[in-house]
Amino acid sequence: MTTSFTLNGQALTADVPADTPLLWVIREHANLTGTKFGCGIGLCGACTVHVEGRATRSCITPVSLVEGAAITTIEGLSADNSHPLQKAWVACQVPQCGYCQSGQIMQAAALLKDMPQPSDADISGAMSGNLCRCMAYARIRSAIKIAAVEMHGVAPPAATASTPTAAAAQGARHA
Amino acid sequence: MRRLARGLAAMLVALVLGLAAFTVFAWKSAIAEAPVAAAFDAALVARGEKLAAAGYCLTCHTKAGGKPYAGGLPMATAFGTIHSTNITPDRATGIGAWSLAAFTRAMHEGVARDGSHLFPVFPYDHFTKVSDDDVKAIYAYLMTRPAVVQEDTPNSVPFPFNVRLLQAGWKLLFFDAGRLQPEAGRSAQWNRGAYLAEGLSHCAACHTPRNALGAEKRGADARLSGATIDGWFAPALTAANTAPVPWTVQELHDYLRNGGTPYHGVAAGPMSRVVHQGYALLDDADVYAVATYIASGNGAAERHADAGQIVGDALAKSRYDPAQSISHGASLYTAACASCHYNPVSGPQLARPELGLKSSLSAADPTDLVQVILHGVSVKDGLPGAMMPAFADALSDADIAALANYLRTSRTTLPPWPDAAAVVARVRSGKTS
Repeated sequence: MTTSFTLNGQALTADVPADTPLLWVIREHANLTGTKFGCGIGLCGACTVHVEGRATRSCITPVSLVEGAAITTIEGLSADNSHPLQKAWVACQVPQCGYCQSGQIMQAAALLKDMPQPSDADISGAMSGNLCRCMAYARIRSAIKIAAVEMHGVAPPAATASTPTAAAAQGARHA
Repeated sequence: MRRLARGLAAMLVALVLGLAAFTVFAWKSAIAEAPVAAAFDAALVARGEKLAAAGYCLTCHTKAGGKPYAGGLPMATAFGTIHSTNITPDRATGIGAWSLAAFTRAMHEGVARDGSHLFPVFPYDHFTKVSDDDVKAIYAYLMTRPAVVQEDTPNSVPFPFNVRLLQAGWKLLFFDAGRLQPEAGRSAQWNRGAYLAEGLSHCAACHTPRNALGAEKRGADARLSGATIDGWFAPALTAANTAPVPWTVQELHDYLRNGGTPYHGVAAGPMSRVVHQGYALLDDADVYAVATYIASGNGAAERHADAGQIVGDALAKSRYDPAQSISHGASLYTAACASCHYNPVSGPQLARPELGLKSSLSAADPTDLVQVILHGVSVKDGLPGAMMPAFADALSDADIAALANYLRTSRTTLPPWPDAAAVVARVRSGKTS
């Protein structure tokens, strides 16, 4: 059967079985390999994309469920890697091996749209399903807070005394 | 001996007379074929389109991937599988040869043009309440659809239930023919809502439990008290509904209009088609009318519930708590669900159902919750644009049972479901009960 949707603004029609995971279509048919296969059962977050602007695990999303939807992958988050999260990711040197980062960034981008000033608990609640086996969680959290400041101009409520800034994050990187 | 013989003879005569009377009652003559339909007034067709939508004709009379109104959708009943019929105006395989009189008799009495009794899976027990004028408009709409040549699929109903004449016996027991009369002392809006809900929209067909012979149970306690349908539980539309926030007129309206509300989650499963294939075409006044009628019977106005308090409690229960005990269900929730089902303290977002507000967590069994976890909700179902992935290939029965009971015990004050894994296995198998 065929399923049609838009992928990063481009119309796409996939002629695949209805239960084919969206991730397969993205990686194998559209050849967009920024989105990663991790666990395959929706429990690690590496395959996170946006479906109608909401972070969604593409490995457990049968493609038939997204008929007519607008899908965005890490390749479509910004035209030139200029999304505040992407910039903060570089500034904080977040990734170590990098396998989880597109999923982390897509999840965080949806979070910042819903909660412009997420608290530490908000970040933990929404981001705990995105695993990082390199344990870069502290840098991920810093980068999200830096991006929140750039996007909305106000620092999120900090749980700790230190206000996260790019400089502080840089310091953390070298610590 | 002679007395016995006389008694037997009398019984025989009574039996024959009874059978004769039943046959006279049951026998319906064929209605002559209609001439090729004349043109229909465009305004009548347009009105019929909305009315047909209010009755979900399309939903039942179209099979998966099939042509609209050409039938063939299998419907599992306790009496075998019945397939919907072709109601396009094809003269040979559809209803093109049906006159308005034949169509009206089918709607009002459950009798096909050839005189055979229709099975009550076609809800004529509700359509009998629809006015002649509205039936005429629906007829005009259907007769102006593209004719599709498609033979009806044979039903698998075993003897004796397949004897059409015996359907008259069912009617004798359970069917009251007649148009719905407005109730004095009620507003025009309420009466309009009653007319749609009880007639074309046949809400009770899914939301009222049925007896052993497949008829809706009668009595105030049974009516609209919730029932199992197509592997889902259609919740109570009465005060027995377990949703924490009352179903007010506005909530019912928004749910029927949009496919979900922040306080009641989304319309999934068969209800999604009610919203998106049916009510989407209705005028807002009609959606409000149905909401008014349903809300008048569910005690929402008398509950004086503090919605703000209830929503605040639900949000508090779902806040991330690093100190919570890490049960298997809680771990699964954190990994698989929390990345989407989060909400700011300011209140639940429309596209992020706050699970503590869903009646599916307080239902007698987790059927609806399990349906959604296993199969997800497509972009087109529920709230348009909001999609949930499907965990059928990701989580085991035991995983989903643990997740369901984590949600139940952390979001409600009810005890865990004792048989959750069995429910997951049943829903996964596709068996309806």
